Amino acid sequence: MRRSTAPAPPWRGFLSDPWDRKGAPITGARGTQQGMEPTNTRDPQYYHRVVDCQWACPAHTDVPQYIRLIAQGRYTDAYMLNRESNVFPGILGRTCDRPCEPACRRERVDGKPVAICRLKRVAADLRESVRHRLPEIPEVKNGRKIALIGGGPASLTVANDLMPLGYECVLYEKLDKLGGLMLTNIPAFRLPARVLQEEIAFITDMGVDVRLNTPVNSLKALLEEGYDAVFVGVGAPRGKNLELPGRYDTDRIHIGIDWLESIAFQHIDSVGERVLVIGVGNTAMDCCRAAKRLGGTDVKVMARRGRKDFKASDWELEDAEGETVEILEYHAPKEFVVEDGVLKGMKFDIVEWYEDDEGKQRARPLEEVLIPCDDVVLAIGQDNAFPWIERDMGIEFNQWDMPVVDRGTMQCSLPGVFFGGDAAWGPENIIWAVEHGHQAAISIHNHCQGIPLTERPPFGMNLVTQKMGIHEWSYSNDYNPASRTPMRYVDLEERLRSIGTEAELGFNVEETAREVQRCLNCDIQTDFAANLCIECDACIDVCPLHCLTITDNGEEDDLRQRLTAPAENLAQLIFVSEDLPQTHRVMVKDEDLCVHCGLCAERCPTAAWDMKKSDLLIPYAGHETWPTLATV
Amino acid sequence: MTYITKPVARHPKMRHNALGLEPRDYEGSMSTLCAGCGHDSVTAALVQAFFEMDVEPHRVVKLSGIGCSSKTPAYFVKEAHGFNAVHGRMPSIAAGANAANRDLLYVGISGDGDSLSIGLGQLCHAIRRNIDMLYLLENNGVYGLTKGQFSASADVGSVSKKGEVNRNGPIDPVSVALALGATFVARSFSGDKKQLVPILKAGLAHSGFAFVDIISPCVTFNDHEGSTKSYAHTRTHMYEVVETDFVPLRREITAEYGHGDVHAVTMHDGSVVHFRKVAEDYDPTDRGAALEHIADVRKRGEVPTGLLYLEETGEDMHGFENTVEGPLVELPYEDLCPGSGALAELQKEWW
Ligand SMILES: Cc1cc2nc3c(=O)[nH]c(=O)nc-3n(C[C@H](O)[C@H](O)[C@H](O)COP(=O)(O)OP(=O)(O)OC[C@H]3O[C@@H](n4cnc5c(N)ncnc54)[C@H](O)[C@@H]3O)c2cc1C
Ligand SMILES: Cc1ncc(C[n+]2csc(CCOP(=O)(O)OP(=O)(O)O)c2C)c(N)n1
Ligand code: SF4
Ligand code: SF4
Ligand code: SF4
Ligand SMILES: [Mg+2]
Repeated sequence: MRRSTAPAPPWRGFLSDPWDRKGAPITGARGTQQGMEPTNTRDPQYYHRVVDCQWACPAHTDVPQYIRLIAQGRYTDAYMLNRESNVFPGILGRTCDRPCEPACRRERVDGKPVAICRLKRVAADLRESVRHRLPEIPEVKNGRKIALIGGGPASLTVANDLMPLGYECVLYEKLDKLGGLMLTNIPAFRLPARVLQEEIAFITDMGVDVRLNTPVNSLKALLEEGYDAVFVGVGAPRGKNLELPGRYDTDRIHIGIDWLESIAFQHIDSVGERVLVIGVGNTAMDCCRAAKRLGGTDVKVMARRGRKDFKASDWELEDAEGETVEILEYHAPKEFVVEDGVLKGMKFDIVEWYEDDEGKQRARPLEEVLIPCDDVVLAIGQDNAFPWIERDMGIEFNQWDMPVVDRGTMQCSLPGVFFGGDAAWGPENIIWAVEHGHQAAISIHNHCQGIPLTERPPFGMNLVTQKMGIHEWSYSNDYNPASRTPMRYVDLEERLRSIGTEAELGFNVEETAREVQRCLNCDIQTDFAANLCIECDACIDVCPLHCLTITDNGEEDDLRQRLTAPAENLAQLIFVSEDLPQTHRVMVKDEDLCVHCGLCAERCPTAAWDMKKSDLLIPYAGHETWPTLATV
Repeated sequence: MTYITKPVARHPKMRHNALGLEPRDYEGSMSTLCAGCGHDSVTAALVQAFFEMDVEPHRVVKLSGIGCSSKTPAYFVKEAHGFNAVHGRMPSIAAGANAANRDLLYVGISGDGDSLSIGLGQLCHAIRRNIDMLYLLENNGVYGLTKGQFSASADVGSVSKKGEVNRNGPIDPVSVALALGATFVARSFSGDKKQLVPILKAGLAHSGFAFVDIISPCVTFNDHEGSTKSYAHTRTHMYEVVETDFVPLRREITAEYGHGDVHAVTMHDGSVVHFRKVAEDYDPTDRGAALEHIADVRKRGEVPTGLLYLEETGEDMHGFENTVEGPLVELPYEDLCPGSGALAELQKEWW
């Protein structure tokens, strides 16, 4: 072909060689083109990255597979698949921070991600009993005893992973109920108690020795009890305070997380009509919505910054505003105004933000305002606190008084002591707490067997063709242009009447059927065999999103620019094949926008492209190694 | 054939042309040809050419005969006019349509069977008349649609899928076209869009008959070892005589030429074709020399490609026939049908 520097294939035959005459150099292997190495798609992490949601999920939940199971009405199977990686599908289907959704490919294709989280809830709501499918717990224990401190999702996950291996787990919780912040801080209108209790019971019923109302007051003393390992999952229990004039002149100023806990334990059941919530993160969103349900009629969230810098997610802001909460930007708190012991209001500076000489954002006050109120809730963050860990026992603390914990093993500087969840590196979320729990369980299992903690079980992958017939695949490859299904809520008045009324109704069967079809099946991979390609261009011509190119190899920056559509999303990988047989060019695929429609494979005459399901095999404690890659 | 419709999802950063259309707006329905057929690549090249030429879809007329190649008008520019003629008779329909409305853009799609066997006479007369159209001959050396019989373009010694050897000498469409006085003669390969797309664009801009022979492998019946119209054979034996750059009117000429002579030909509509000679002493405006050179290349067993001959001064059918300026539909009724008085006046000539 013109301008190609490729050598002719050896069987070319009896005629003269046009390339010779054009003076093109003839080389072997990679041709004359310097450039990228062929992509190793047999590394489980390559196709893992293509599954954007699974890659973004700290626990690597197999989202496309559970969505297909839901589509088939196999809710229980979908639930169990979720449970394997994220342990609390019912809880997370309502409350997860959903890092998967902003990552979802569908957002890049039509602007809105698949409602991954809400589909998880469908699986949890519609499943049958799963008791008989939970792991079996050996009657004969393995003789190892583990202490878990704190009854939140992190510790519960460690127990979930270790109990089936025969460990004896003793869980210490200072409160009289398990769940951690999921119980005390996530309000019942977002997470009904029965859902929380059932999923916690799945774990505790494995035979965990739960000791409620038992705060650990000395780690040293605990270690002396002879545990083989200790896991610290105590969260970040201290709500930040706001030291301003008037702070202690009234009892109507509340620390957000403590206030929510008091509501959860029904110690508080009312609030004044005018409520100011300070801060605009996740806690603030729960506080303002709780206030609305406890009698607050005029509830305002006061933010120092502008909307684009809010910590709360868009959907949380929408939910709050949907419940007539007002969110005020650019109000910096200045003073609590208390007269005769009665809270009258709060003074704020209205500020404007600018960049100083060093590029730092700074606030410039413009004017002062007084906003009257009856209660103030402070929701400006949480701190860790470890007063019960003796500082002379070999656990190193850093300059912020946080334990030094290894990111890979969850172990602190004292062997056998592990941290996870909010206790490890400050407040995160449930799904991170779960992942920390899985990793800590692997470490504890290694630790107890004398295996170095760094020798972690590897990821594996199964890769299986989905071809059923000439144009028939075992998945629905037809792109469905439906837009994202909105969530329906209990009618506002009814919703605000009681704090125990779950606000979201969840998807019904029709909504579910529609939303599942939006998933692009990103785990059904376009798998390429360079030796089969005859360079007919059929795949390139048919691809609706211009993902494919056959071109001369080159360095990545250059190659990305030379594709059918430039591959400008650097967060997404490009696949580069081995040299193609006829011209020694390479097949390049930009993974960014592929909708996994399979048309490239359907239009390929030689099955050089095939649609194969990649199944990520995730390591957990007790799984030795995964079987070697199975491909069909 | 594929059952699902092509996803409506589009690349968010796709380019738009002067009409605000995307390349995908020039597509048609999903192809029913065999996966990997060269004809589908020609379709894709046409889509790209129409897009880049800012062609208004409703101004396009797609015409074809019978064959897999002749099915392809269904797969591009769905908003265009179309006529699927009987086998080999597309040029007649094109002549008639063009006579009636000279303002539209005529694109004929044919195959080596359609054009060189049953329709050879039709093709010759279309060339002779210099009908203003782009005529593509999607050449795969076989009758694809009827399951792979040798066509009139099959080379001597070329082997069929079942092992039969062809003994009849081929008709070389390019030489025929040159010999008959065609004003735009090109050959290209479905697997080389870098070459094909500029040629198609120049062909669309050409006023007169623009003939493009495109080697377009039949992946099902003629892509095996021993075929001289396979992907592999074409890749190793195609010899680009001239490289062509097409610079449409309105666009700045930015191409830089490092080596070799550059020969520029201005088209009727003001756009420019740049020829970059690869072969020594090749002149794409000298018919005799072109024929000779092509014959030499063919003797070596190679396939000469490129925009081989261009003559931009030629009058087309309307010039020869001295027809009215515009499309017949735009003629006022009185002019179109001047009445029985005028007829009587005319008939006096033969009294
Ligand atoms: C208001 C609010 C809303 C939130 N909403 C969400 C949400 O919607 N989605 C989400 O993913 N995340 C949310 N989070 C964050 C999430 O709840 C936490 O990240 C998660 O619960 C952390 O889990 P953990 O196991 O590390 O600790 P925690 O859940 O904090 O549990 C720690 C447990 O340890 C106990 N404990 C503490 N000290 C001791 C001790 N010395 N001895 C014994 N027991 C002790 C505590 O009583 C507590 O039960 C929210 C947080 C808050 C504050
Ligand atoms: C009058 C007539 N004679 C014969 C046929 C049978 N026939 C159908 S397609 C075809 C040949 C098509 O060959 P070609 O033009 O090369 O198209 P391809 O399928 O190879 O693209 C023939 C002979 C016909 N349809 N009509
Ligand atoms: S599956 Fe193939 S044809 Fe479909 S979008 Fe992905 S690369 Fe393109
Ligand atoms: S369709 Fe198949 S053979 Fe043709 S270029 Fe694509 S991968 Fe290669
Ligand atoms: S038979 Fe040949 S020409 Fe016809 S569609 Fe199939 S590959 Fe193309
Ligand atoms: Mg043919």
